[in-house]
Amino acid sequence: MTTSIDVGSESLTLRIDDKDVSCRKGDTVLQVARENGIDIPTLCYMEGLSIWGGCRLCMVEIAGSPKLQAACATVCTEGMNISTHSPRLENYRRMIVELLLAERNHVCSVCVSNGHCELQAMAVKLGIDHVRFPYRFPHLEVDNSHDRMRMDHNRCILCSRCVRVCAEVEGAHTKDIKGRGVLAAIIHDLDQNWGESETCTSCGKCVNICPTGALTHRGTAVGEMTKKTTFLPYLTLMREAQP
Amino acid sequence: MTTPTPKPTVATVWLDGCSGCHMSLMDLDERLITLAGLVEVLHSPVVDQKQFPQQVDLTLVEGAVSSEEDLHKALIIRARSKLVVALGDCAVTGNVPAMRNYFDRTELFARAYVENAQEPPTPEERQVVLPVVGVPPLRPHATALHEVIKVDMFLPGCPPPADAIWYVLTEILAGRTPATTTVSRFGK
Repeated sequence: MTTSIDVGSESLTLRIDDKDVSCRKGDTVLQVARENGIDIPTLCYMEGLSIWGGCRLCMVEIAGSPKLQAACATVCTEGMNISTHSPRLENYRRMIVELLLAERNHVCSVCVSNGHCELQAMAVKLGIDHVRFPYRFPHLEVDNSHDRMRMDHNRCILCSRCVRVCAEVEGAHTKDIKGRGVLAAIIHDLDQNWGESETCTSCGKCVNICPTGALTHRGTAVGEMTKKTTFLPYLTLMREAQP
Repeated sequence: MTTPTPKPTVATVWLDGCSGCHMSLMDLDERLITLAGLVEVLHSPVVDQKQFPQQVDLTLVEGAVSSEEDLHKALIIRARSKLVVALGDCAVTGNVPAMRNYFDRTELFARAYVENAQEPPTPEERQVVLPVVGVPPLRPHATALHEVIKVDMFLPGCPPPADAIWYVLTEILAGRTPATTTVSRFGK
């Protein structure tokens, strides 16, 4: 699965943040912005995986449209005029990250991913020094049943990167999401313990792709869990190169 | 002869935290001497004065609001301080003290005073061993300081590095608003 929608090689011109840019028809706003050195923050987007549009951090303003659009899931059209940064967008992005921090139990100081966490880094990037919403403090489980990996639901932001890498790259589709809203959670097979899953190949891609300390290797202490995502562009390239 | 301008007054308070933020403050090392020349420290765990002063320019608060006593202190701090700074992750987010919030207090007391007791008390003794006299009642949740009082500035970190504390103090004393996320973050 590629991140652009292939509808031919026709080229388009558009404006992003007052900069004239060109792209191929089918390219998304996020792709074109990044190709042109314009940074749009994301958490659920991952090059090489299908588009999810769940985290809403990549929302942009498009002239003529009253609604904000997710840049990762919006295909460019001729003459589009896009703003990626405005006080309104900054405010929403901060709110989104604060809501993520308030929704579950993100205790950075005792987290294995402290210092290597995309959610934490995003909070810094957006200048978040406190959360304006009341913390929910839900009672969530840690699945320690797998002999090499661990799922800590306290740290999960439901970006679904693990679900997608498992289904689309590894081809196992062990992981999925159950429930709705705040009750949603990552599951293995038919909501079994991870260690009892018959489909999990123990490849560890989900651990490396997870932006937070939700999926980690066992035996890691505070701040020790580092992730390597370089395998994904490599695998994507290999797959696309196949005849 | 002109009267010297009075130095700004400072208080530091230790609520439900590990004192690590105050240790980090101590880590200012020789800058503490400079600081002593710049401000008057009226109240702090490292100062003898036990009562919170009537009026303070700046109060640094370490720790979450966990007990009724913490809440009582927080309200006094707010009423008597011009500027309140939440110092460190416990005051800013609840952090480790708030990890008890996933359990209710009955479970918590049972765990601390019954299950983990060297000689587990009998059901009859249980009421006796629960600490109810001379200690402040625990609130249902340990919360961030800004959930109970208005907080003017937030310096996250566990603990915030001494350099970050120094930067925040010197910026405030210079009349500027420090950009705290440039020097520290949650969990730092």
